[in-house]
Amino acid sequence: MTHILLRHRDIPDIKNIEVYKQNGGFQSLQKALTAMQPKQIVEEVKASGLRGRGGAGFPTGVKWSFLPDTIFPHYVVCNADESEPGTFKDREIMESNPYQFLEGVAISCFAVGAQEGYIYLRGEFYPVAQHLDACIAEMEKQGYLGDNLFGTQTSIRLKTHLGAGAYICGEETALLESLEGKRGQPRLRPPFPAVVGLYGKPTVINNVETLSNLPYIVEHGSAGYRQFGTEKSPGTKIFSLSGNVNKPGNYELPLGTTFRELIFTHGGGIQNGNKLRAIMPAGASSSIIRVDDQTFDKVMDTPMDYENVQNVGSLLGSASVIVIDDTHSMDWVINKTIEFFKHESCGKCTPCRDGNYWMLQLTEKIHAGHATMKDVQLLDTVAAQMYGKCLCALGDFSTMAVRTAIDRFPEDFEKVAGKA
Amino acid sequence: MSLTNQYPDEVQAIFAKYPSRRSAVMPLLYLAQREEGYIKKESMEEIAALLDLDTTEVAAIVGFYSMYHDEKAGKYRIQVCTDISCALRGADTFLEHLCDNIGIKVGETTPDGLVTIEEVKCLAGCDKAPMFQLQDGDKVSYHENMTVDKTMELVEALRKAQAQK
Amino acid sequence: MTKLINLNINNTPVTVPEGTLVVDAAKKIGVDIPVFCYHPKMEPVGMCRQCLVEIGRPMIDRATGKPVLNEDGSPKLQFGPKLETSCTTPVSEGMAVLTETAKAKGGQKEIIELLLTSHPLDCPVCDKGGECPLQNLTMEHGAGESRFLFDEKHHAEKHVPLGDLIFLDRERCIQCARCIRFQDKIAGEPVLGFYQRGRNTDVVTYSDPGFDSVFSGNTTDICPVGALTTADFRFGARPWELKHAASVCAQCPVGCNLTFDVRREAKTGGGYVIKRAMPRQNEQVNEIWMCDKGRFSGYQFTEAETRLRLTPVEMESALRRASDILAQSKSETVFLAGGRLANEDLFTLKKFAAALGAQAYLYTQHGGGEFTTAYGLTSGSNLGDLGKGDVILVVASDLYNEAPLWHLRLKAAAGRGATLIVANARATKLDEFSTFVVRYSYGDEVETVKGLPAKEKIGEALKNAANLVIFYGADGLGLAGTTALAQACADLVKERAGKANNGLVGVWSSPNQQGALEMGLRPAQNLAAELRGKTVYLLAADLAGDDPALAQALKGAKAVIVQDVLQTASVALAQVVLPASAYTEREGTFTNGERRVQRFYPAVPNVATSRPDFSLLAAVAKGCGVDLEGRSTLLVMNAIAAQESAFAGLSYAKLAEVSEQYPLIGRGDLYYGGTGYENKQGLGVTLAPAEAVTPLNIPYAALRPKEDELLGVPVTKLYDDGTTLAPAKLLAAHVERYRGVVLHPATAEKLALGNGEQAEVRLGGARYLAKALVDASISTGVVLIPRSMGIALTEPAVVQVSAAEKAQEA
Ligand SMILES: Cc1cc2nc3c(=O)[nH]c(=O)nc-3n(C[C@H](O)[C@H](O)[C@H](O)COP(=O)(O)O)c2cc1C
Ligand code: SF4
Ligand code: FES
Repeated sequence: MTHILLRHRDIPDIKNIEVYKQNGGFQSLQKALTAMQPKQIVEEVKASGLRGRGGAGFPTGVKWSFLPDTIFPHYVVCNADESEPGTFKDREIMESNPYQFLEGVAISCFAVGAQEGYIYLRGEFYPVAQHLDACIAEMEKQGYLGDNLFGTQTSIRLKTHLGAGAYICGEETALLESLEGKRGQPRLRPPFPAVVGLYGKPTVINNVETLSNLPYIVEHGSAGYRQFGTEKSPGTKIFSLSGNVNKPGNYELPLGTTFRELIFTHGGGIQNGNKLRAIMPAGASSSIIRVDDQTFDKVMDTPMDYENVQNVGSLLGSASVIVIDDTHSMDWVINKTIEFFKHESCGKCTPCRDGNYWMLQLTEKIHAGHATMKDVQLLDTVAAQMYGKCLCALGDFSTMAVRTAIDRFPEDFEKVAGKA
Repeated sequence: MSLTNQYPDEVQAIFAKYPSRRSAVMPLLYLAQREEGYIKKESMEEIAALLDLDTTEVAAIVGFYSMYHDEKAGKYRIQVCTDISCALRGADTFLEHLCDNIGIKVGETTPDGLVTIEEVKCLAGCDKAPMFQLQDGDKVSYHENMTVDKTMELVEALRKAQAQK
Repeated sequence: MTKLINLNINNTPVTVPEGTLVVDAAKKIGVDIPVFCYHPKMEPVGMCRQCLVEIGRPMIDRATGKPVLNEDGSPKLQFGPKLETSCTTPVSEGMAVLTETAKAKGGQKEIIELLLTSHPLDCPVCDKGGECPLQNLTMEHGAGESRFLFDEKHHAEKHVPLGDLIFLDRERCIQCARCIRFQDKIAGEPVLGFYQRGRNTDVVTYSDPGFDSVFSGNTTDICPVGALTTADFRFGARPWELKHAASVCAQCPVGCNLTFDVRREAKTGGGYVIKRAMPRQNEQVNEIWMCDKGRFSGYQFTEAETRLRLTPVEMESALRRASDILAQSKSETVFLAGGRLANEDLFTLKKFAAALGAQAYLYTQHGGGEFTTAYGLTSGSNLGDLGKGDVILVVASDLYNEAPLWHLRLKAAAGRGATLIVANARATKLDEFSTFVVRYSYGDEVETVKGLPAKEKIGEALKNAANLVIFYGADGLGLAGTTALAQACADLVKERAGKANNGLVGVWSSPNQQGALEMGLRPAQNLAAELRGKTVYLLAADLAGDDPALAQALKGAKAVIVQDVLQTASVALAQVVLPASAYTEREGTFTNGERRVQRFYPAVPNVATSRPDFSLLAAVAKGCGVDLEGRSTLLVMNAIAAQESAFAGLSYAKLAEVSEQYPLIGRGDLYYGGTGYENKQGLGVTLAPAEAVTPLNIPYAALRPKEDELLGVPVTKLYDDGTTLAPAKLLAAHVERYRGVVLHPATAEKLALGNGEQAEVRLGGARYLAKALVDASISTGVVLIPRSMGIALTEPAVVQVSAAEKAQEA
């Protein structure tokens, strides 16, 4: 198929502004600003069924409609923190198709009445930010950003901001704290950012991929967008495929594409002829899907969308599909994920801060073969007692792989832990 | 040497970017890290004064984010991702061999002060493992689909460039 | 009117104002939900997750918008799958809260267990042991046995000095951020922060010099574990060995309510010794806070080596000699009373002087008190009530240094929306929190205040103020200047006299100057002249120590009798010395700057033969044939109430009355408010206004130095060589930091003085050596000279400053 988001795969030089323009670039922005009312755009996005691509899958248009009309300024903040292990799609969009992304951010600014948009990139994306800054300067030069756009009263300015190495800054309220020059720790919610956001003002926060869809939706309308994907999960999605597959990479496919198609058709199957053992469809935060002889077909035929992945005991999340083959044991996998969460827990709340420390003690001991099944059970209860008690979702995320690994792959633990 | 003397234009540009002064703290910390790869207490004090903050408030930021460093290390930091996706594609082995070849352990710096090797979490380069980022002061570059040989060539090139300075 | 909300907590109905948090609503009906990070004086942050409870809300039918009902007609409740933090959840109509269910208790227990994975549980050697929320909660809710291996515990540094007053035990810290938030939000000095993140999160300071805040001690009260301890009490005693004595701080005119904790010790032969000072709640005075000056110097002088001591025989003879002298000199006697005396002492003194036909003066350099008695605050006033629409004016005062709790409370009032106007000749810490800063030159104080109504925005604010409170101090002023300033300030607030939350407040340098003023005592206009040839009776007044001119004047007196607690320069000039009890050893009352009369109680027995001032006075009077009450302060207070109109109707019983205060603190659950004490001994009573004063006609012309002259101005520093502060060894380093004369860099440069270099200061024939401290925030042409720091400057004067000759090298 042709791409909506990864258009550079079809038009390699699209990151050149002239090439972008020759291929319809900025026409959506112009249409939005000159021929549409902000409310109309919000309605169109609602109708398109576009759901947030940052992980939670919240309907984008609905989120926009929460901004109060009585308090100004409004801000748009684009979440380009992309730190979930196994996710690398936003980076490709920003590197290779930057103008479409920036056009999307500008459209969202207009739609929600914001004159300023911040793009919060993880600190590691330093070159990407440099590149975006150059693109923004080019757009300003050519009149696609700045004041009196297309002869209207509308002003829109975009700015990049670099984080400095903290996964938690992908959580939207932690991101705002960080952008305000504070430690990136989540805020209490409510109030939600739509009401009290950046600098205490109403703020829309959307993921890079989410916003990159907007030029297409404005151009083709909600119906045009709905020709891809499913009824409840319309549109295409970039699946970041990594791990033990022959051809890892980003694949933009309609929502509802099966695991089989992604892993075997596009990903070229499992490396070294090994057997598929487990899938983490939402990065390190996944509930791990077990794939064995009995479940293989059921899992492979599961459509990857916000609803159906639940049927195999997991969630789509940001669609960072990590494939694990049968040479790996789950005690190793969860030790890796807990190393990650222990490192990234912001430390603000007790269960996540102390729970991840405790879990890491246990996963290390188990993986090193120094544990008994009693320790494995303890690990499971520690995860269970953290779940649902944390201040933000990171704490819950950290327990997912642990609990499902212990539950669904008992033999891996019996093997290393022996029987007590 | 103060930041405002050393980088007057950049400091102004940073201030111009945000409606609130405090937001400038992160970009200013990167500036402070540019030359020597770590942030000295004097820089924290200067930034605090510039932003009308207490030095402790600035230090709290330095401490929170893993890309800010408060201690001197190598001019370049090779930060290898060994997180789950990369590890599934051999990142741990890559790191081990790289350390053997360079002759230092993770966290250590070569005797000439050129490179420090560090292990980091996912860098969003999962499909091109093994990979690492090279942190040089406030700058970062990605090096993907790496082998130990290619990395050693890079280190040599850095060493040469450094010697020429 | 705020809306009232009805809800159920553990099946008990409660009605509370809208916006109340569930945890507070529960507290109100005696349901204690455990908390660590939540503190009722600070915004909730929901960090520790200890306060988990089950919360149900009425189900609403989506279609009809009406509540869904049970069969019995009661609204059907919907409980979420997750426990909720009661500290972050405001009440809502029809809510049902369950704090005691297996699910809620289980959740709380699980959080404790997680916290303990990184806590050393070294309670037996911990200063907080016995009054530790974590310890108590662990006993109550914790698991009996640890599932976490001790070897795997997170270990961290112990005994980390954050500053010279506060120590941190990193291992015990549970990252609740109460200390950090207190410093940032309440004290306004964000010198504590978190470093690192996750399990590595540590409390640190990168400030210079360290954790240096006037309010630092409060963090040890609200720290819910033994992570923060004071250098004063650390390893001092176990909390359960302590007995408690209610008192009032005597270090400044705020009059913070506090509690002295005492214990019997071998070093005093089994007698009681004060181990620490802790805040006692009075929401109208100090809330639950106190400053470090009070905490670390408020009682230490009780045990000072410089305490005056006499044997019983010596005491007898001293009293007799004093009586003899006074019986002779009679009306040729001048009494000088310092503001450290209690109301009971002052009243007795006044009676005695009257009986002798002698003069009694208040000894102070801070005038204008007649205006504060007439236009001061009256009953019903509470700085904690000031907010939007109200105006607070602070003139010529550095409250952070002079009355720290007022600084803190005005900062809070500004935070609630009050218009705070700070007028001073130099920058002070309160500027940062003010709405308007008015800067003038020293000498222009009075004109500046007179000109405020004519200023556009400020004038508007003053005019429209719902309430107006004016604080005036003596920054750069002497007796004449402050008197003139008080009059100018009084003119702004006069018409509001008698109305609660309106009035004039003097920022005195002593705890009971207001009491003396209410008693009708006034400063002498020309003190030195008054002393000549007279018998001078000094009480808690060190004239010789303050001013060489007054020392000289004392030498010209006929006789000098000194009654004081500690050795002073004046003692050396006295014919008779009468050792008085420290206020920690006796009972009495002080009247604070807000005109609140408050009781203090004895904490420890008298040192040697010392006796309370009123009792000494009565004994001396008796020898002169004057009969005064010398045994019971209660009886003296009854007489005060009967004879002093301002005190009409007061009694010890009234002063000891308490009413319920919010937030509820103390009690069994230290985790809620901290270890500060509940007030069971009395909230005090604010006086009714005295009669209006007829305008004074004291001529005042500010000193205007010539072009090339330097104007020396007296200023007050929190830490100085003041009589009762000097014995506090812990603060010695802090005093040293302020010791010196302050110059603008340009002035210093002109004088070829570098920061910290030795300067010679010449003033009225005297020469002093002092460190030059350079400060760009003051103006050129002036030298700030701290009071009670060795250089006698009682009012602005031209001084000469030069670089001191370097000591010759040997
Ligand atoms: C711990 C954590 C990390 C997150 N990281 C990211 C991220 O890296 N990028 C992202 O877009 N959203 C991330 N999110 C989700 C955001 O909080 C937020 O839901 C999203 O940016 C909203 O945008 P969307 O509606 O367009 O998805 C994260 C959430 C959590 C709890
Ligand atoms: S769950 Fe708690 S500690 Fe973890 S990242 Fe969120 S707020 Fe921070
Ligand atoms: S989360 Fe409620 S008290 Fe800490």
